[in-house]
Amino acid sequence: MLERTQRSGRRLFEWVEAGFNRIGGHRWNPFYQLGALSFFFFWIITVSGLYLYIFFRTGTTAAYESVEYLTIDQWYLGGVMRSLHRYASDAFVVTIVLHILREFFIGRYRYFRWFSWVTGVPLLWLTFAAGIGGYWLVWDSLAQYIAITTAEWLDWLPFLTDPIARNFLNQASMSDRFFSLLSFLHIAIPLFLLLGMWIHIQRMTLPRSNPTRILAVGTISALLVLSFILPATSQEPANLDNLVFTVNLDWFYLNFYPLLDKWSAGSIWALVFGVTLLLVVMPWLPPHKPEPVAVVDLENCNGCGRCFDDCPFGAVDMFPRTDNLPFSHEAVVDSALCASCGICVGSCPTATPFRRATALVPGIDMPQLKIADIRDKTVQAAEKLTGHDRVIVYGCRNGTDINRLQGSGVAVISLPCISALPPSFIDFVIARGHAEGVFLTGCQQGDCYYRLGIDWTEQRIAGLRDPALRKKVPRERVATCWSGPVGFARQKAELVSFRAQLLEMGPNRRNGAIINKTDTPDSKGG
Amino acid sequence: MMTRVLQYIGQVVAYGGFIIFVGYLSAAPAYVHLQPGQAQIKLSFSHAGKPVSECRERSDEELARLAPNMRVRKVCPRERSGVAVVLEVDDKLLYSDILQPSGLKKDGTSTTYRKFTVKAGKYKIKIKLKDDFRKSTTIKDVSKLNAGDFNYTYSRKVYLGAGKIMVIDFNKEADGFVFSF
Repeated sequence: MLERTQRSGRRLFEWVEAGFNRIGGHRWNPFYQLGALSFFFFWIITVSGLYLYIFFRTGTTAAYESVEYLTIDQWYLGGVMRSLHRYASDAFVVTIVLHILREFFIGRYRYFRWFSWVTGVPLLWLTFAAGIGGYWLVWDSLAQYIAITTAEWLDWLPFLTDPIARNFLNQASMSDRFFSLLSFLHIAIPLFLLLGMWIHIQRMTLPRSNPTRILAVGTISALLVLSFILPATSQEPANLDNLVFTVNLDWFYLNFYPLLDKWSAGSIWALVFGVTLLLVVMPWLPPHKPEPVAVVDLENCNGCGRCFDDCPFGAVDMFPRTDNLPFSHEAVVDSALCASCGICVGSCPTATPFRRATALVPGIDMPQLKIADIRDKTVQAAEKLTGHDRVIVYGCRNGTDINRLQGSGVAVISLPCISALPPSFIDFVIARGHAEGVFLTGCQQGDCYYRLGIDWTEQRIAGLRDPALRKKVPRERVATCWSGPVGFARQKAELVSFRAQLLEMGPNRRNGAIINKTDTPDSKGG
Repeated sequence: MMTRVLQYIGQVVAYGGFIIFVGYLSAAPAYVHLQPGQAQIKLSFSHAGKPVSECRERSDEELARLAPNMRVRKVCPRERSGVAVVLEVDDKLLYSDILQPSGLKKDGTSTTYRKFTVKAGKYKIKIKLKDDFRKSTTIKDVSKLNAGDFNYTYSRKVYLGAGKIMVIDFNKEADGFVFSF
């Protein structure tokens, strides 16, 4: 049931995202930057809020009047700032909800990701508390409705002797100091929210907290357009002596308020606490045994720190050497943080298939798919290939099912992440004549399941990141296709095109002579 | 070139959809909280009932057992009486309860906050309060009380206009119930 829901949800997201990729490419696609967009909206809210705060006056009539001054008299700046403040806050909720749904459907909330998921839950509370509090400050009829309804809802909790709602009995019961408290809370809660957002991304290496420039410019422009054509306005001034009949709710923040008219306050608390609890325990529902984590082999680890640099989740740390080998540091894997993606193996300079003098045991390896197994699979798969356009496809298991690409001239090897493949394997396949070319494929560009796998792979091939693909490896014999799980047609088309290109180029040559795989030691079981 | 133009159009449509979605749901559709022609009666007060028993004087022996700085002859119980309240509108019972005092020692105030939405119009409001239950009292149901049991009773005819809120508060210093419109 859970898996079916996730599969359907994931398919829906992938379908929408593919459409967005078509019209703007992966760097523009907002679905790949939902967390970063949330940060971006937070900063817009902060800057616009600071401006509004300069003019905001606390008081039962002063609050409304100062907001009206900003909206009407200073429409060209204060009004725009108010609208930006409102709409960025609404967009903040949109990106947060999409972010939660997307991570849930993709399954990126379990195991090592529990921390990011669980620390995100209080952020929901803080977001809504900050947003709802903001509406009180305007002190119009909507604020009156929210204030009374919220107070009645809070009064259900058995914490306070005197009902909070008594503060809103009539005009005479209102105090100016109430607005000082509200404005203080409206600053304090977002500060806690920011702290929570910082904690939320703590287990990420190089967290993306800024959207791409093209998306940022487009988004703020869109919000500005909206602010000019539909400025945020107040409703009637609040008057606690009169009833509020109809309110124009902000459905992003106040969507559950109508329920408070239909259900009891206790039922709504049960719902809210129930959803919160469910969100908190979700990473462990149902319990699953996580995959084995990366294992360091000290005899082969020279403490170079590349795995430390490349791990997307900070699961590898460097500690002073504990053996007698002449290196200053050794890698240590924190199993609680390890994603079992194998990116560390791909970064290990000792994970080279050319190594023949000793058994192929790298400094760091994945127990479920050892680097020696990848070499054996490569050699065995290559032996079955025929033709002059033979290709070995290395694919990430979070992309399409690459087995569908298999054929007489195409061998496929699946990896946890494409970046788990040390670049020396590309060299190995081409230099030893195992195939005419290497085709690397995996997640959609900009949306790597393990965050940095595609970036590291591209940088290694381009020679920008260690371990780099050797310069003498002909780059035209290496193709990449970041098509994601729904990009099979594109993947297939690019593979066909790549093979045609290989046919045109002719067989692999070294010093002018054709490299024949039977000449290489690997074919004899090396 | 054509593809590029189509991509730009697509982006404009995407941004347009985004701002329409955000802009619309930011203040619409309107929610009808109450129907026109309605008015509201709010009954709310915070009142400490009388002590549940009389104060008494300590005997000399009792005083001698206390530390010198604690030797106060008169001692009063901390526990307060619950507060019974009955609200009738046009001689029909609208609300009744015995409100228990707050606090672990039951020495705090008894509070209530209730609101009743009614049609606008003329009403006869009658409200009664009793705040002097004795410790030995076992009454749990307000309907068991007689009219004479209440030590505060107030009745008046009111006109509630559409959209108006009438607040009934209780203030002992103001000699009982306070109606405000």
